[in-house]
Amino acid sequence: MSVRSKVIEAIQQIAKEQHVTLPALSDDLSLHETGFDSLAFAILVARLEDETGIDPFTISEDAAFPATVGDFVRAYENVPA
Amino acid sequence: MSPREIFALRDYLGAGLTGRTLSDAHDLVSLTDILSHTVLGGRLRELSGRAVLLKLSDQLRSGLAMIELDGIARRMLLCPPDLNPAYLDALIADAGIDAVVTDEPDRWGDTGVSLIVAAQLPLQATVPAKTERATEWLMLTSGTSGVPKIVGHTLEALTGAIVAEGPAKGAAPVWATFYDIRRYGGLQIFLRAVLSGGSMVLSDPHEALGDHVARLNARGVSHISGTPSHWRKLLMSGAAAQFAPGYVRLSGEIADQAVLDGLKAAFPNSSVGHAYASTEAGVGFAVNDGLEGFPANYLGNRNGVEMKVVDGSLRIRSTRTAHAYIGRNAAALTDGDGFVDSGDIVELRGDRYYFVGRRGGIINIGGLKVHPEEIEAVINRHPDVRMSRAKSRKSPITGGIVVADVILADGTDQTRVKEIRDQILDQCRAQLASHKVPAVIRFVEALDVTPAGKLARTDA
Repeated sequence: MSVRSKVIEAIQQIAKEQHVTLPALSDDLSLHETGFDSLAFAILVARLEDETGIDPFTISEDAAFPATVGDFVRAYENVPA
Repeated sequence: MSPREIFALRDYLGAGLTGRTLSDAHDLVSLTDILSHTVLGGRLRELSGRAVLLKLSDQLRSGLAMIELDGIARRMLLCPPDLNPAYLDALIADAGIDAVVTDEPDRWGDTGVSLIVAAQLPLQATVPAKTERATEWLMLTSGTSGVPKIVGHTLEALTGAIVAEGPAKGAAPVWATFYDIRRYGGLQIFLRAVLSGGSMVLSDPHEALGDHVARLNARGVSHISGTPSHWRKLLMSGAAAQFAPGYVRLSGEIADQAVLDGLKAAFPNSSVGHAYASTEAGVGFAVNDGLEGFPANYLGNRNGVEMKVVDGSLRIRSTRTAHAYIGRNAAALTDGDGFVDSGDIVELRGDRYYFVGRRGGIINIGGLKVHPEEIEAVINRHPDVRMSRAKSRKSPITGGIVVADVILADGTDQTRVKEIRDQILDQCRAQLASHKVPAVIRFVEALDVTPAGKLARTDA
């Protein structure tokens, strides 16, 4: 499974658990518009870390939290394996 | 006016029942004529008036030494088996120890303690001793970090709940406990066995659970106690099927509804009760209605035990509490009014109080305080869950999130694991505030339990 599809699947799973109705997940959708709160993002980052072994937001001190879904996915894609 | 009569353990073992025994995995000792035997090589006289450290590698000799020393030594300090030896010097200084009873006398040659007495089996014949004084019983707290605190008790305080309940009805009970008898929970059972005319079967940390249960059966154990973690391990082991004690008791940790129901299902003909007790607060109360928590009307003065809730924590005043912390820099054990703050946080729901966790065990989730026990209690309600542990994990987004490690019942269909995870999460979302719902659930094979029988919480 590609990194992108893992990230998208995790987002959809958490949306289901949190009873969040997601809009279509286009790359330029702002994360704010996903309807996720900070707890939902915290869950997402933790689960992705367990699945991929990567937490891109803790690795780098100056990592800015992404603004859009596309930025978020790239944060995982751009980490060297 | 004559001085108040002093009772020591020997005074409960004088006459009466025959066939009473104290046994472990290796030896069996008759209690019937115990007063004319010595585990101390006949050297009890030398220990009169001394402050004695009881440092033995097994419970059997420890128990026999307690019976012999009580009423003769000035004080005795019970060392649990997991005591970090690095703390011994500090404890010896704080308790003013001037004698050691040990099964390894060679190791005490140059420690500066002037009197070393070897404890040995088999017992030797001796002339029965007479009670001289009320010995002070010193026990250690089971906290995980730093030098344990020394807690001072009297036999009268330690046995307050046992005497209040009166002698056991029916046949003489055979007691057992998963605890070590050098810990408060285990000592309560040992004292019950001595005072109530029964026998006792001791645990052995090196024995497999199945072998332990077989031994409990062979000796006809009727009354048995342990922590909820001990009991969950037994329920998971499959060994419970061969065992049918009359009375099952839980203490030392929160007994949630899941473990109470699990025990009731495993032992349909047993009475299952949970007791509230701690080394400092003594025995508070027992709950025998099969439900978690305790009725709100237990607060106030009930059978000489006074309880109140202040700032969320349970406070207890009674003649069964310890009387002091012992040592150079010992803090006060009670407040100005004589109440012990248990540090156990309770919550009133309807007409019942529920234990939600330890004050010191709170984890911080994004600035909010969370008791891991509260989350575990909800997870444990799932029928396929045997045991769980909630803890915090760092998060770059919220600072912290809740994660849970869960043990599933033996033989759980692996294809159902995802479904079970979703059900647990649904259950948590329905019953807990959103920040308390685990972000991640991991299924694990085992969870660490401390030597004191409590779920290990290294990050708490």
